[in-house]
Amino acid sequence: MAEIKWPSAANRGLIGKSISRIDGPWKSSGRAKYTYDQGPAGMLYAKLVTSPYAHAKVTAIDTSRAERLPGVRAIHIFTAVGKEVNWEGHEVVGVAADTEELAEDAARLIRVEYDPQPYLVADTDAQHAGPGRFREMSPRKTGDPEQALQQADVTSEGTYGQPVITHCCHEAHGSVAEWKGDELYVWISTQNVSGLSNEYASALNIPATNVHVDCQVMGGGFGSKFAADSWGVAAAAMARKAGRPVKLMLDREVELLSAGCRPSLHAKIRVGAKRDGTLIAWDSESWGTAGMSGGGVPQLPYIIQVPNSGHRHTSIFTNIGPARAWRAPNHPQMCFLTMAALDDLAAKLNMDSLDFFLKNVGLTGERAGVYKQQMLMAADMIGWKQKWHSRGDKTPGHIKRGLGLSFHTWAGGGHMGYCRTTIHPDGSVEVATGSQDLGTGTRTVIGIVAAETLGLPLDAVRVEIGNNKYPPDGASGGSTTVGGVSSSTRTSATTALNELFAKAAPSLGTTADKLEAVGGQIRVIGDPSKSIPWKKACAKLGTTPIVAMGQRNFSLISSGVGGVQMAEVAVDIDTGIVRMEKMVAVQDCGLIIDMKTAMSQVYGACIMGTCYALYEEKIMDQQTGTCLNPNMEFYKLSGLDDIGDITVHMMTEDSYQDRGVIGLGEPPVISPGAAISNAVANAIGVRVPELPITPDRVLAALGKGGLV
Amino acid sequence: MADQDDLHHSTGSGEPGDDNSASDRESSKGFSRRQFIKGTGLAVSASVFVPDGLLKAAMPEETPGVSGPGEVPVRLRINGREHQLRLEPRVTLLDALRNRLDMTGAKKVCDRATCGACTVIMDGHPVYSCTVLAIDAQGKSIETIEGLAPEGKLHPVSQAFVDNDAQQCGFCTPGFVMAVKAFLDKHPHPTYDEVRASLGGNLCRCGTYMGIRKAALEAAAKMAGKGGRL
Repeated sequence: MAEIKWPSAANRGLIGKSISRIDGPWKSSGRAKYTYDQGPAGMLYAKLVTSPYAHAKVTAIDTSRAERLPGVRAIHIFTAVGKEVNWEGHEVVGVAADTEELAEDAARLIRVEYDPQPYLVADTDAQHAGPGRFREMSPRKTGDPEQALQQADVTSEGTYGQPVITHCCHEAHGSVAEWKGDELYVWISTQNVSGLSNEYASALNIPATNVHVDCQVMGGGFGSKFAADSWGVAAAAMARKAGRPVKLMLDREVELLSAGCRPSLHAKIRVGAKRDGTLIAWDSESWGTAGMSGGGVPQLPYIIQVPNSGHRHTSIFTNIGPARAWRAPNHPQMCFLTMAALDDLAAKLNMDSLDFFLKNVGLTGERAGVYKQQMLMAADMIGWKQKWHSRGDKTPGHIKRGLGLSFHTWAGGGHMGYCRTTIHPDGSVEVATGSQDLGTGTRTVIGIVAAETLGLPLDAVRVEIGNNKYPPDGASGGSTTVGGVSSSTRTSATTALNELFAKAAPSLGTTADKLEAVGGQIRVIGDPSKSIPWKKACAKLGTTPIVAMGQRNFSLISSGVGGVQMAEVAVDIDTGIVRMEKMVAVQDCGLIIDMKTAMSQVYGACIMGTCYALYEEKIMDQQTGTCLNPNMEFYKLSGLDDIGDITVHMMTEDSYQDRGVIGLGEPPVISPGAAISNAVANAIGVRVPELPITPDRVLAALGKGGLV
Repeated sequence: MADQDDLHHSTGSGEPGDDNSASDRESSKGFSRRQFIKGTGLAVSASVFVPDGLLKAAMPEETPGVSGPGEVPVRLRINGREHQLRLEPRVTLLDALRNRLDMTGAKKVCDRATCGACTVIMDGHPVYSCTVLAIDAQGKSIETIEGLAPEGKLHPVSQAFVDNDAQQCGFCTPGFVMAVKAFLDKHPHPTYDEVRASLGGNLCRCGTYMGIRKAALEAAAKMAGKGGRL
């Protein structure tokens, strides 16, 4: 009888190896059909009319001209007369027509009148936000930070911040909805295949049983695609009205205006240490905006528990746009503020930043040993000791180089979910779960776990995900998917295998508990000569397949990881242009199922992190309340040549792998902003206090000090 | 095969001299795709490296005549096959491929010549198909990702993307594959630095550039039957 636990390192045939994602050929041949690519017969195209104002009351809507346009089939009112819109891009009316071009024409013919209202789009503190525009959170305090700051030998003070950024998923938010009678079929780009039925059901007044959701592949979510959203419901409503399928994908402008902001976070921070670098004091006053909602409460300092620390936070309510979870919510912001402030203190102490962080690593608590080991490894990988110099690269020329480091944690864990393994009498195997693959490799991980469990090659297992007809799985958020699906798959496949063992045991003259499945054989443990091929064993099932369910299993997973990243940058002090030349990332994520896609998560996170460190910002115009860069020319992402070399090391010692599976999506995206900012400060001798570190900010910082 | 001149002189469905085209009417409302396309070249060349051919393809040297505003016959040669369509002149090559021909490999992402997700190869040049009008693609040889290999087979570039995990969500991947293919057609033995410098016209959000660099070199080596220089 196979036990429900992970195989030991020596017995892993697939788990932990570097395996190409099983849906890779489907994607790289262009044949994968995303939501955006669906085109059921008779499909209409929908477009939106959105608010040009940051804040306004809708006073009139006239759709008559659009309705008279031949080929216009349905209109949907998102924001009725009398209701308010709260950001530029807020959806007001939708229209569905025979072609995409016609839908655009129809949208232009819809007249909406607004009564503009006062707005706030400045990413500012409470004092400047004005009454009714902020909420102070309960202060936190440990020890006596004021006294400790006075007793400190060296103190440092600074104001740091990072603006609102967006998700900018390549596949816009949206869906295609089709009715067959009173059954709703939707293709939707989502992180939450199994969790959308109720939202549709209640909005459309149908039973959840009638909602059929499909998402085989999706073009990025990063935390912004958990809901059907108003536009998802609208697509279904218009499809019902028109009696034809409707595709409603946000255009790029609305995608950037409405479909997700990461909250900003700014803080005035004071820190103090003893002469030997021992941290004793922290005090911070932070503020940030998550749009009109309060948003999360950041906890400062990040990771490091300074003995005397105080923190106060104020949420600012703005009309910048609605916040959504963005890969590792709050962590990149908290990490940047903390690591930047501490790195500035290290510089004032005239200490090597690595020595300073190593000196204080004990303040991180239970993971101190992990961070220390990772810092030393990362330092070795980047050549820290050889390349380190104190603040300001004194070598001649206008290109200045610097090093910076940061470290981070994330919980991971595993979401609740179910998996069903079916072993057919002909030997074929299907594993099915209503999960989704965001590009992280979920489909591949499920296949690897099932194949490993059943002793079969990967291509002998058919993996079915991305549809809510399969056993439900949780939403993919918080790096909880791999823990959820790997443990539910392992559990269901093991349970199914044990049933097969029971059928096969008599012919091997033994009992089920003495059998194992290895290399396509069912064999007697310790006596490999007594075996039967997989197919022959399955043939004993007669006509009835084995079907076994499994669910998330805490004995197979864990939570809490550590990671350290170091960056080397080159800054042109004439132009202010920063280049990320090299990054190293050392990361722990428990038992790794697929080394190849795990490494890709870390590479990708370093690159995405470089984007928010150097390029990304939702730029708002105070005079009009509108966003100046809702497009991809001016909402900047890095190109292929903007990224230097990245080296990734995954911790695979037994002490890490024995913990079981832990999620990896978020942790490595937390540190890049801090590591790069610290490297820039090291290069040019002065802190650029805001992210992204754009040329103008570099030059402005140099104007205040540093090398120039 | 009608060439462009034939097309522009033969499609007037309205009165002679009627230049009240749909795109011009659009412009009075503040946005004209045709005007936009004319203006895009500057923004692109200022912000990212774009091969010459791309700009030339996106910005025809001669100002086209007037077609439409209604549907006009359009013939496109895609992956060696002729397709006869009736399209409004404002329809982009990307929308023609995706909405009329169900060739959905090319993706709509930025829809204004920035991200490269819609890259196809036109007369040997990689172009942003979101910013090429379908009527202007007539008489050209258009390669899309669907034509790279028969279903069930992989082109060496696609294979290299799989082997090097040069894709995550995969939404930018077909565009990148076509950009790499067009690049390798012209530069079969690229150096690492050439790969880096030449693939700046496509954007990935998941961060797969490390894999794409390796994939381009590996595909070059496989296609040339010898090693790319690293």
